[in-house]
Amino acid sequence: MYNPVCKPVYKPLIRLCGVHTHIGAYHILHGIDFEIPEGEVTVLLGRNGAGKTTTLRSMMGLCPASEGKIFFRDTAMEAMPTAEIARLGIAYVPESMGIFSDLTVQENMLLAARQARRAQDLDPERLNWIFSLFPALRKFWLFPAGKLSGGQKQMLAIARAMIEPRVLILIDEPSKGLAPSMVNNLIEALLALKAQRTSLLLVEQNFRMASALGDRVAVMDDGRIVFRGAMADLAADESLQQRLLGLSLGGHGS
Amino acid sequence: MTVEVPIRSHDASTEAILPKAQFDLIPFILVLGLMGFAWLAIGSASSWLTLTVAGLTMGLIIFVIASGLTLVFGLMDVLNFGHGVFIALGAFVATSVMTYAGQAGMGGVVSLFIAMLIAMAAAAAVGWVFERLIIRPVYGLHLKQILITMGGMIIGEELIKLTWGPLQIALPLPEALRGSWLIAEAAIEKYRLLASIIGLLVFGALTLTLTRTKLGLLIRAGVQDRSMVEALGYRINRLFVAVFVAGSALAGLGGVLWGFYQQSVTAQIGTQVNVLIFIVIIIGGLGSTLGCFIGALLVGLMANYAGFLEPKIALFSNIAVMVAILLWRPQGLYPVSDR
Repeated sequence: MYNPVCKPVYKPLIRLCGVHTHIGAYHILHGIDFEIPEGEVTVLLGRNGAGKTTTLRSMMGLCPASEGKIFFRDTAMEAMPTAEIARLGIAYVPESMGIFSDLTVQENMLLAARQARRAQDLDPERLNWIFSLFPALRKFWLFPAGKLSGGQKQMLAIARAMIEPRVLILIDEPSKGLAPSMVNNLIEALLALKAQRTSLLLVEQNFRMASALGDRVAVMDDGRIVFRGAMADLAADESLQQRLLGLSLGGHGS
Repeated sequence: MTVEVPIRSHDASTEAILPKAQFDLIPFILVLGLMGFAWLAIGSASSWLTLTVAGLTMGLIIFVIASGLTLVFGLMDVLNFGHGVFIALGAFVATSVMTYAGQAGMGGVVSLFIAMLIAMAAAAAVGWVFERLIIRPVYGLHLKQILITMGGMIIGEELIKLTWGPLQIALPLPEALRGSWLIAEAAIEKYRLLASIIGLLVFGALTLTLTRTKLGLLIRAGVQDRSMVEALGYRINRLFVAVFVAGSALAGLGGVLWGFYQQSVTAQIGTQVNVLIFIVIIIGGLGSTLGCFIGALLVGLMANYAGFLEPKIALFSNIAVMVAILLWRPQGLYPVSDR
């Protein structure tokens, strides 16, 4: 079947072609066509239940696609086990943050740095960079991660994705439930990642954060992509925003 | 540019805000409390000491057996009711090794250690096959796990009967380990002391592995959230097989210890111990090694005290301990968070 979306003119980092995903008896994704360009921030918008999280989980192999193709550069990865996908250099920050609460902050970071066997093996320069963005992590380095506040846990979750160089980081709703000052801190950190040309895929409901970071945007509804384009276009076009906001962002837009 | 990884938190004020994970001592106090209560109830120091040593020995042996099971459950949510078969296998392998060693004129303590090593190797090998054939097809399906692992256990028991015969086999201790020392008028059996030391060594080695190595870190993280461990790029299935095999080897070792503790072996040994080890891992908190350790001590002590004080209640004393602990801490003594 010819699908123009699957023949892009430039080489994207990740390409989803006609991805369908079922969770149990439920058909969640209905043929997602979507790509993530290298070195840019792509934002995935959409109301609750639109299928954003499932899209991320399908990419990570946590909810494997039941139909369709997912390419990492030229490698088909839809059937790869999750660990192999992570080893391609893809980090995943789930909405639940996935913090190991019985482990210390140090142990959480050590697990995220696959090459490091002991804390001394962690790359000091990266660690310094992370500490400069999230000073709280240095402060609570030896505390059990379960004792951190929600915002600090989110920082740890993102720091885990930053402790090694990654090709792509998938982040699911990082600003959810965070105080505005915390959100600013987070935007700063993600901008620092963006400045390093790390590709990001961000699921976000906070339009301020989405427009501050995003280069590209895709809007989802009902398990389908309903809009794809440049973030700048969406940010500038109020009527389009209105249509998509009404459709997808509900009361979240600002 | 270099930066020192802070290995200690120097900031005193942060400790005021966020207390360091306080170590929960209450379960330890519970063990001491049970011992104290028994002291009052028994009244005789020498009987109390003998029973306490016997109880701790029994507890430590149960811990060796159950530690693998709690990790297997914690890591993969696998309910393995077939764990008892590795215990029986270990014990029966020990009877064969001791017989051969005796025929070869090597009856000493060395033969006991050789029996332990061979039993562990045999249980590990069978554990590996058991995981491939029986556990792997039923990942994530609890009901099927219960049915198929119980079925596996029945088949295992029958195979053991086929190999070693249906009758009880005596497993006498080597000469050097028979008898006991008199300490403060209490008889402390030499073998019990040895078994306790082995149990403590296993506990120490497990604790060190779990807290000081990356492998242990992965196991602890996997018990809490295995899909996140996968998303960090680790193949948890391999880790699980390794834990399963190690757990089976420990059950084999526990079987040898248990066999010598009872000085005889029957094919039903696994079924008998199975109930105890499930009580222990439930009391301890599924997936928790420390909880399993404390739970095993409680069960071992309780069985011995109750057997002495009121043999009639000994039959259900361990169930009573479990009920009481679950009413107090429904997730067990040391619940694993995020489960």
